[in-house]
Amino acid sequence: MKRVIALLMENQPGALSRVVGLFSQRGYNIETLVVAPTNDSTLSRLTMSTEGDEKVVEQITKQLDKLIDVVMVTNLSESEFVERELMLIKFTKDSFPENVFDESNIVSKDNQIINVQVVGTSSELDKLISEIDANNPLEIVRSGSLGISSDEKTLTIEN
Amino acid sequence: MDKSNKSGAEALIHSLHLEGVDLMFGYPGGAALHIYDAIFNQNYVDHILVRHEQGAVHAADGYARATGKPGVALVTSGPGATNAITGLATAYMDSTPIVVISGQVKSNLIGTDSFQETDMIGVSRPIVKHSFLVQRAEDIPDIVKKAFHIATTGRKGPVVIDIPKDFTDPEYKFEFNYPTEVNMRSYNPPEGADTSRIKEAADMIAIAKRPVIYSGGGVNQNNASEELTALAKLLNFPVTNTLMGLGAFPGSDPQFMGMLGMHGTYQANMAMHNADLIIAVGARFDDRITNDPKQFALSAKKIHIDVDPASVSKIIHADIPIVGSAKESLTSLIEELKSRDLKTNESDISEWNEQIKNWRDAHGLNHSLLEMGAQNGKILPQQVIQSLYKETNGEAFVTSDVGQHQMFAAQYYHFDKPRQWINSGGLGTMGFGLPSAMGVQLAYPESIVSCVTGEGSIQMCIQELSTCLQYGLPIKIINLNNAALGMVKQWQDMQYGGRHSSSTYENSLPDFVALTESYGHVGIKVSKFDELESAMKECISLKDKLVFLDVDVDPNEHVYPMLEAGNAMDHMRLSKDEKTW
Repeated sequence: MKRVIALLMENQPGALSRVVGLFSQRGYNIETLVVAPTNDSTLSRLTMSTEGDEKVVEQITKQLDKLIDVVMVTNLSESEFVERELMLIKFTKDSFPENVFDESNIVSKDNQIINVQVVGTSSELDKLISEIDANNPLEIVRSGSLGISSDEKTLTIEN
Repeated sequence: MDKSNKSGAEALIHSLHLEGVDLMFGYPGGAALHIYDAIFNQNYVDHILVRHEQGAVHAADGYARATGKPGVALVTSGPGATNAITGLATAYMDSTPIVVISGQVKSNLIGTDSFQETDMIGVSRPIVKHSFLVQRAEDIPDIVKKAFHIATTGRKGPVVIDIPKDFTDPEYKFEFNYPTEVNMRSYNPPEGADTSRIKEAADMIAIAKRPVIYSGGGVNQNNASEELTALAKLLNFPVTNTLMGLGAFPGSDPQFMGMLGMHGTYQANMAMHNADLIIAVGARFDDRITNDPKQFALSAKKIHIDVDPASVSKIIHADIPIVGSAKESLTSLIEELKSRDLKTNESDISEWNEQIKNWRDAHGLNHSLLEMGAQNGKILPQQVIQSLYKETNGEAFVTSDVGQHQMFAAQYYHFDKPRQWINSGGLGTMGFGLPSAMGVQLAYPESIVSCVTGEGSIQMCIQELSTCLQYGLPIKIINLNNAALGMVKQWQDMQYGGRHSSSTYENSLPDFVALTESYGHVGIKVSKFDELESAMKECISLKDKLVFLDVDVDPNEHVYPMLEAGNAMDHMRLSKDEKTW
């Protein structure tokens, strides 16, 4: 089962390497990792997805929480949550699949090349990739999963 | 408070002083020279010049383990920093509070592969509790405050402060303000007792029939030995300590089963395996304890008290997790038990204690080997430990290196007090014994500090004999000389058909007596059993001298009991030809 962990960490040099280092140091398998500053400029938000079992995910969150630069950690998959990922795909004009994308998906287009963007759950994107496989896309870029809980819970801190 | 203008280097030393540091260990070099000059110009903090940076960090670590106060080491950039790494990893694995300050190349040179440049923050990252790269001289006081706070709270550990040379420049001064408190939104370790599950723990204790108290290094680190002992006495439950936990409960008390685990006693391992309740305090169920975790103490409920949430249910599921200070959580458990008209299953408990006594009688360690004289004309290593115990009345600080001698010391020297036994349990660092003994001896100049070692380990940091002369440290080095890397050889005997691949020296060992004497100390050689006790007496009686007692011991002796890998804790080899299964 896919599990999504999100955390807030101090936006300072070295913080990201501590988090990433922890994964390799402790042998955790990470599928995707996304990190970006938040609108509080002192904090970055990191989202990771993993296939680990419940026990492994509990250890990951505990070990992440122990890192001094990590301010707050949550295992989003513990309750209802929304997971989304962005994907960009490049096709030659000749191989562009019909009846798969609409105009709103197209983000650039010239005489030879069409780039599209798709947003969905990771499994929706997986499915789409298998559907367009025959069209031989030139390049597929995935952002990795972002997540947010479905209820009133938030991963924010009061300043 | 002194608010006069200070350079970064002066601010660093003054901050250390305000943290209560009066002693540090180190080795100078280019990137640290501004700091060394600031040390020269003050009288608050003494600096001990070691002979290798590994020695500095181990000495700071030994000081911290013996005193409970944070140890401090200072090294230069590049090789100074990398030489400190083994010491940092040692402290990290055993959760000791030390602060290591490393000089760094000037900030504008970072990343240019400049002379003696190493990314200390990067290299040390997986083996520190936290680290700081100083970005401005003015930040030094605040960083020192945070570093000591992090090192000494929660589950303790080493902290690195890496300081580029330009931020200690004596020409640049700023107003010195030392923070009075630390506020870190991202660091809030558990404080005090966790009382949320105490009642359930007490309920479980009340119905236990075959309980064991299993305590580890966390009890010593948290000064919770008194509370642990009080709990054990209140309940009359048997106690076992891990290698790191020895001394938390008096080693000579009949309620004590000895150490458990890989080379634990028969009765301690059998008690764990057959228990119906394990009260784990400040211990982390590591692989040297549990053997195969899937077969570990299957009939026991587990109450786990630990300050580190990540240690609870990491290896073994805790039925009752108690995440908080061992000292205060134990106090609250004792109060809860006392507030009830507690009735443990007294007849079951005494039956259980009787069972443990029977196990001890059947296969316990023989603590009277000394009286048996030479064995096949040879001195047993265990006899040397018993002689040391006898001659020091069990009151010495004992540091050790790693290998057979370490296990013999842990098994045969009964540690009655916490912080008396100082060894590298987690990382298993050969070379730890002598420098850590320096830290202990400097902290307790009047006490007997002995370093139990082997001819392999002692050579890994033997250069510190020179430091010991410079500062007059009368450490008693007890060298169990079996002319081989004993524990390696034991495994080769047991698992590799006796093929001693690179575990012997082919007559290349130095004359340790002559070597020690060339360093200006006293060396004594013992090769016959009849000389052992008088030589030990002489060694201990030379109060102001470092003595190197080089004892030829039986090279064929193995450490037993020994858990059989991949099995439960009741699978032990008891001697070369006896096993429990």
